[in-house]
Amino acid sequence: MSTDVLTPAASDRQPRRIKSVSSRVDRWFDRITLSSGLFVLVLLILVGVFLLQRSRMALSESGLSFFTREGWRTDVRPPEIGVLGLLTGTVIVATIAVTFAVPLGVLSALFITEYTSARFRGYLTSMVDLLAAIPSLIFGLWGFLYLSPQMAPLSEWIAHNFGWIPIFSVDKGARYTSSMFIAGTVVALMVVPIIASVVREVFAQTPPGEKEAALALGSTRWGMIKTVVLPFGKGGIIGGSMLGLGRALGETIAVALLLPQVPEITAKILQTGGATVSGFIVLRAGADAFTTSGLMAAGLVLFLITLGTNMIASVVVSRSRSGAGVDL
Amino acid sequence: MTQALTPDGVMNGNEPPVVEPVVVEPVVVAEQPAAIAEPTEPTVQVGAAAVTEAPPTREPVRLIGGPPPGPATLVADDACAWFGTRLVLEGVDLVMPAGMVTALIGPSGCGKSTFLRMLNRMHELVPSAAFAGHIRLDGDDIYDAKIRAQDVRKRIGMVFQKPNPFPAMSIRENVLAGLKLARVKCSDKDGLVEQSLIRAGLWREVKDRLSSPGGALSGGQQQRLCIARSLAVQPNVLLMDEPCSALDPTSTGRVEETIAELRDQVTIVIVTHNMQQAQRVSDFCAFFLAGENEPGRVVEQGPTEVMFSSPVDPRTLAYVQGRFG
Repeated sequence: MSTDVLTPAASDRQPRRIKSVSSRVDRWFDRITLSSGLFVLVLLILVGVFLLQRSRMALSESGLSFFTREGWRTDVRPPEIGVLGLLTGTVIVATIAVTFAVPLGVLSALFITEYTSARFRGYLTSMVDLLAAIPSLIFGLWGFLYLSPQMAPLSEWIAHNFGWIPIFSVDKGARYTSSMFIAGTVVALMVVPIIASVVREVFAQTPPGEKEAALALGSTRWGMIKTVVLPFGKGGIIGGSMLGLGRALGETIAVALLLPQVPEITAKILQTGGATVSGFIVLRAGADAFTTSGLMAAGLVLFLITLGTNMIASVVVSRSRSGAGVDL
Repeated sequence: MTQALTPDGVMNGNEPPVVEPVVVEPVVVAEQPAAIAEPTEPTVQVGAAAVTEAPPTREPVRLIGGPPPGPATLVADDACAWFGTRLVLEGVDLVMPAGMVTALIGPSGCGKSTFLRMLNRMHELVPSAAFAGHIRLDGDDIYDAKIRAQDVRKRIGMVFQKPNPFPAMSIRENVLAGLKLARVKCSDKDGLVEQSLIRAGLWREVKDRLSSPGGALSGGQQQRLCIARSLAVQPNVLLMDEPCSALDPTSTGRVEETIAELRDQVTIVIVTHNMQQAQRVSDFCAFFLAGENEPGRVVEQGPTEVMFSSPVDPRTLAYVQGRFG
């Protein structure tokens, strides 16, 4: 009987329509914030449209082979351009970067949230954030002039001892500077602060009650971190890593300086060679109309990939228990 | 009903692990006893509840590498506490006898919780917190430089004001979480889960869904799950910081029954704002009070009966009668 009352059919009662009259200030504020929000969205779409339009010449000329061809030759007729060689390099460099940056970022975030004293926490946080403010050109120059020659012997040692693993093998007489390994290492340093700050924010939201529960059971601090903090921050770690990956994929100046930018499909990360989409675009920009169109097409591919990566990252973070309040 | 529920009745069935309600229901034909056997509200007779919850059908599960089992005496000797430069607790001398329930009562801000947290070295986790004096567990100073805080906490468990199960873990994993954290081993994990949940008075409610998440239980069940989790590492002392303040009266009743049943297995120190609760569950009472801009002190302590009927200090009488605080 009680269910009858609850069904709309059995009752002629209607919920009242609540109308709120907002003040003029609120109405204007609504409009301004709405248009700012829309502007960002429109800008994003415009960038996509622009890239699509400018790349149409190259795409219609090459067709699907643009996505499957390795090399980039504009001196032959018809020109043979393809993005696959560039994409391979981009993905490899970004993967190396994230491989180094994720443990470093997560561990530094753990140190800041769990181990250091409250006094140093503030300093360290701003230091890590300042790392993100260093222009990538500086990282690139430092990597090119200092790190690359320093790391070459390490690369040689790895190739000598672990050359049987395919990615560590090198060609005969190969040089070890300007390799994807070195470029990835430099990009890793640029990605660490991004990962560290997202992960730190997530770790800082670990419910103190759960941490105390673990400690009160007789846990060590590491046991508590393993049982409470890391599971809680899992979404943040994944999301932060993907955000770092997005940044690593798009990194430009440093890799333009550090890699020879010769498109090729190779997994030999220790020897000179490799190219990335963004680095290649920078070096070839300002060429003839067709090349520019080809570069735009390559840019479009990169744009879509980074957009996808970042969207997945924010979904992962916002769906996780820990990331609900974290903005990416 | 009483006949069917006796331990012998269960033993006559077949194997000891069979849980009694399953056996009882088919045997008892009349509906009424079965209905009585399923009370959700707290039963007044603690003894009856003990029979339905924890039939003494099995040997207690032993841990390997844990603290020696059984209740221990905790003694505070001239204990003082600071936060920064502010002295919040001064000169507390208190004996919490083995196998007894000691209640810490007093108005908010008088240092009861701080004192409780000093008893298992949780106090030092607060930055700027400082401590003086001695806390002795069966004679050993737990603040001795040679003793690790985590070893102290293995022997002195804690239940917090707000239930804090590990939400991503199942009920079973929650109960067993302490083993891994405290690096204690147990050969019979299923038995330990059952024993701990029975002792915490939660077994009957969750025995069919041990793999569902601990965070999905009601507040009162979560708190009893936390008690079970603390009991699983078999501490000598269990500290309870207002364990019922976030619970409804029904759940509070269940937790109080649990405390009564635990009495002979573990020393209990409980902070409570509920005078009736202190009167119901505790054997000894200590009344904490802090004057204005003064650190908290123990005004009076003694057997609960005396503290509630004929305390020496007029402030104690006023407080236990609810005239201030």
